Amino acid sequence: MGDIVQKILADQGLVLAFAVVGGLMLASTAVSRHLTGGRIHASAIAILAALALAWWGGVLTGGKKGLADVPGLAGLALMGGAMLRDFAIVATAFEVDVIEARKAGLMGVIALALGTIVPFVVGVGVAWSFGYRDAVSLTTLGAGTVTYIVGPVTGAALGASSPVIALSIATGVLKAVLVMTFTPMVARLIGLDNPRSAMAFGGLMGTVSGVAGGLAATDARLVPYGALTATFHTGIGCLVCPSIFFLIVRALA
Amino acid sequence: MAIYGTALLALCTLLGAALGELLGHVLHVKANVGGVGLAMLLLIAAKAWLARRGKLTPGLRLGVEFWGLMYIPIVVAMAAQQNVLAALEGGPMVVIAGISAVTLCFALVAVLGRVMGGRHG
Repeated sequence: MGDIVQKILADQGLVLAFAVVGGLMLASTAVSRHLTGGRIHASAIAILAALALAWWGGVLTGGKKGLADVPGLAGLALMGGAMLRDFAIVATAFEVDVIEARKAGLMGVIALALGTIVPFVVGVGVAWSFGYRDAVSLTTLGAGTVTYIVGPVTGAALGASSPVIALSIATGVLKAVLVMTFTPMVARLIGLDNPRSAMAFGGLMGTVSGVAGGLAATDARLVPYGALTATFHTGIGCLVCPSIFFLIVRALA
Repeated sequence: MAIYGTALLALCTLLGAALGELLGHVLHVKANVGGVGLAMLLLIAAKAWLARRGKLTPGLRLGVEFWGLMYIPIVVAMAAQQNVLAALEGGPMVVIAGISAVTLCFALVAVLGRVMGGRHG
């Protein structure tokens, strides 16, 4: 009996992940309906529960992949990995209203510019106040505040130390987690209820995982618009952080 | 047939990823520049082209739309494999930088929405 369970867990990872996530969605829908009267979106509850489980997985295994490090749940890494995530995000474009998207074009560009500059300046400022003075560390920590991919890419390009790169990744991951968690709560406050503001949101927040999770938990119809701008964010960050931004920081520091 | 839709989606995703890599290479960036966004634009164009030629069959639509509907469960799986522990244990600098950046950007979404929304009526 134990052998059969072992074999299924080892051979059917992705299928098992589908079943686990399905169960989590079912439980979240029940919680949303019966405990919150439908006020909190089932997707938001599911994402929060998944983050909590990821924390628990980290405590349990000491690994870096949250719940996916728990033996038998490795399939979650494939189901929630970049390949299927990007595949599903592209599929949401099938429902995009081209006219709406075009109208928000200029706003998307402005949002992308602000979404790169503002977090970078915040990150550099906070790092400065914590005693960092060399341009390489300051730039890497600023880049990590843009997204958790821009941080290590910039750090590697500039030759930053390993602890600084780790801190920049942690900042980016925390940003993604915060965006996933708080977007549904502040959505009404910041007017996030139409395709145009979703495109501004995607460009400003940047982190694809944060934007994807945050919008999914708020209103699934807005996902493609936010994803459309957010996807350019990491590339732009990796372009300007180790080059222009580094030169500016070095001149000032 | 549904596989035509899924294959079309796959083709757009692969082309977009390749274009993003190419763009990154041309710009000397060690990252994919807008690959997913370019793939989305390709899919939008492909849909319009198929619709014009009357080839947008229900089966083909189903093959794409299924993956669009799977998006939220996939995001839940993505959330479950984040390194939440490291994010929370990064110390005060990480927490302060993360919270201030996110708060500022949320505020800017509101400002940008109001300013630009007004201009377009």
